[in-house]
Amino acid sequence: MNSDPAETFRQEARELLEQLEQGLLDLEHDPADADLVNAVFRALHTIKGSGAMFGFTDVAAFVHEFETAFDKVRKGLSPITPALVAVALDAKDHIHALIEAPEAVGAAGEPILAALRRIVEGSDSFPAAPMTGAPPAADTPLEPTGRWRVRFTLPGDALVHGTNPLLLLGEIADLGPAEVTALLDDVPTLDVIDPEACHLGWQVDIDHADPTAALDDVFLFLKDGMELSIAPLAVAGDPGLDPAAETILDILAEATEAPDGPEAAVAGEAVPVAKAAGAPKEQREPRPEAAASTSLRVPAERLDELMDRVGELVIAQARLSQLATQSSDINLKTVAEELERLSSGLRDTTMGIRMVPIGSIFSRFRRLVHDLSRELDKDIEFITTGEETELDKTMIERLADPLVHLIRNSVDHGLENAEARIRAGKPVKGTVRLSAVYAGAEVAISVTDDGAGLNAERIRRRAEEQGLIAPEARLADQDLYQLIFAPGFSTAREVTSLSGRGVGMDVVKRTIDGLRGKIELSTRPGQGTTLTLRLPLTLAIVEGMLVRVGDGRYSIPLSAVEECVELPAEVATHSRGRNFLDIRGTLVPFLRLRDLFNTPGEPDSHQKVVIISSGEARVGLVVDQIIGNNQTVIKQLSKLHAGLETFSGATILGDGAVALILDTSRLVSFGQAHEERFRAEAGRAAA
Amino acid sequence: MSAFTEPMRALTLRLDDELFAIRAESVREILDLVPVTDVPNASPFAAGLINVRGRVVPLANLKVAFGMPEQAADQDTRIVVIETEIEGEPSIVGILADKVYDVTDIEPTAIEDAPRVGMRWRPDYVRGIGKRRGEFIIIPDMQRIFEIEGRTSGSHNAAEERPAS
Repeated sequence: MNSDPAETFRQEARELLEQLEQGLLDLEHDPADADLVNAVFRALHTIKGSGAMFGFTDVAAFVHEFETAFDKVRKGLSPITPALVAVALDAKDHIHALIEAPEAVGAAGEPILAALRRIVEGSDSFPAAPMTGAPPAADTPLEPTGRWRVRFTLPGDALVHGTNPLLLLGEIADLGPAEVTALLDDVPTLDVIDPEACHLGWQVDIDHADPTAALDDVFLFLKDGMELSIAPLAVAGDPGLDPAAETILDILAEATEAPDGPEAAVAGEAVPVAKAAGAPKEQREPRPEAAASTSLRVPAERLDELMDRVGELVIAQARLSQLATQSSDINLKTVAEELERLSSGLRDTTMGIRMVPIGSIFSRFRRLVHDLSRELDKDIEFITTGEETELDKTMIERLADPLVHLIRNSVDHGLENAEARIRAGKPVKGTVRLSAVYAGAEVAISVTDDGAGLNAERIRRRAEEQGLIAPEARLADQDLYQLIFAPGFSTAREVTSLSGRGVGMDVVKRTIDGLRGKIELSTRPGQGTTLTLRLPLTLAIVEGMLVRVGDGRYSIPLSAVEECVELPAEVATHSRGRNFLDIRGTLVPFLRLRDLFNTPGEPDSHQKVVIISSGEARVGLVVDQIIGNNQTVIKQLSKLHAGLETFSGATILGDGAVALILDTSRLVSFGQAHEERFRAEAGRAAA
Repeated sequence: MSAFTEPMRALTLRLDDELFAIRAESVREILDLVPVTDVPNASPFAAGLINVRGRVVPLANLKVAFGMPEQAADQDTRIVVIETEIEGEPSIVGILADKVYDVTDIEPTAIEDAPRVGMRWRPDYVRGIGKRRGEFIIIPDMQRIFEIEGRTSGSHNAAEERPAS
């Protein structure tokens, strides 16, 4: 599939580094969790192994050192401290740099390792007493405490896949004094031999307390398809054990269930605590890995391509359905219906493939908050919920930057410093909450802080300074808050390295607009601020209401449509002036799309009004005819039409014609502006 | 002399009473006139959208760029679908032609730079003027035309949002 193995490694390493980072951050909260320590260790080990395999020797060497230092932690010889986590995160960043752009790195690694060693060694002395029986680091051979027999044969295609049995044997030999015998039983005769296949097996007798976990690591990449048996060789010779049929897992299970096994007999009470706690976990661990192996890595472009194809299919199918309704051929109708069912199923499945849990980007914000917390010296609790909420992949990618801005703002501007929090009677530790929930056909993503809330006065002063509002302008607080989305606006009194440079909220707003989403803001002075992004589930397909204006047909996203009413005759005949409708007691401004689009010809006699909403605001759109609902596959407009703000895209109708999709949020703001202008004019006329 | 050093493989077409040559490699297909969707408030240069095999493609009218009179479509009218760059982005656009002739090679020696004076059109819209069988052929600079004309499309309320970016 992917022709460049180095790229495959990079991809895999990126995921592992992510796991590593998550593990480290989790450890900071829960230093005693041996499970986490093992997860971190495993991630390191895998990076080392595959790094070496793919020729990333610098990476392998660095990770090896990292691993050695971290091994002390795994063995419980060194406690996990925030300082250790910070250095380990630096080390993780360094590995990342080594993998992505090795030529740009230089010798940054050595100081990190030195720091890591210092921290780990510094605490090395404390558990000196209970160390008597505990085995030291894995790569220093230990006292022979038992003799084990390891027999393994590799899968036939192992050599083709680049496995070097010599390296494996070398790794096993590193565990302790070993005696290797090759098993030649399965080697076929010369005339039938497949020179690319691996026919050999090996038997290694090794002196070790309990090599099962270590061997598990050695054979990490080969578990599937290989035969492996590990059994203790009783000094007196124990004929009861038949090693051939046993796997690592079985033996581990036995070892933990029956403590009177060889371990107990030989090592007695000296089994190190960390290891004992780790062993049952390791036994549990491989299962999720096995489950993961059934998933398939597919380049994102192929999914995009698939979505395009499905979009075209849906369009073609709509045309067929339209033809079928006009035809009297019952067979054609049946086929058309069948195809409709199939294509809508295919569409849903394809969209499902593109859906990614938002947790995949949430995780990177934990690091952001961790770093911000250190940099700004604010104690922060970062809580995420709704990681499993799924959104279209392209949407998630484009959400990452806006969310970084919002979280930075919350941490930097939202949360007060410790003194101010104490004065306000709040816990010193500030909370930033990131959550995602489904809300109808939308997903709402909120960033909430329990900080000081927006300061309306400060926003007003700043807006006046920048000339965004007139000095005496009377604005409701809610309208003042909206000013933070104006380009170049920033209230931070001092520009920090993180925020306050006046870029940010307007960029966030533009990105969210581009995703057909909305931003809602609520703030309570002294109690905090919540910013909520409301986004459609997908960018590719939307339910639309098809309307006609003159000869043109337009699609209005159904999610924005509130209701449809007839344009009252007395309003219709009013050529200009009072462009308001009375909808159950509230005045709703309306826009005549004919005027907006400069449509030639006379309007229909019974015009309709489609009331659309965006946030709190509502506006009516006067159209000639409401044709009905349709499935709209959104096509982006080319750059030639990018300047047209009233349209968010185009779609292809059942008859093959192109229809434009109205950008409802812009139309609403357009209608609101229209209304204000009208009010101002009316005010002047009255004066 | 001109910027052309190699023969230009060109699709020739007619707009009004002028002959135009478009790089043949940039042409994807030639269509009969299909239903065109008007884009309200777009510039006359790119006032329509068409469906090309399930893609929504803008339809450009080079006559606007060259200040030529409009005429009603007849049985010779074609849409030439080409690939070009718009603001650095590879794009597919349709252009209207009153008639499409053939694919031909124009020798570099037969191509002159656009004269700075004595031409009815913006000189930067013309890469060169070729000659074939005693006829002049205009070689338009598509990228340039779409760059300049594309900027003026979406005129209507573009002004209030643009400066921010």
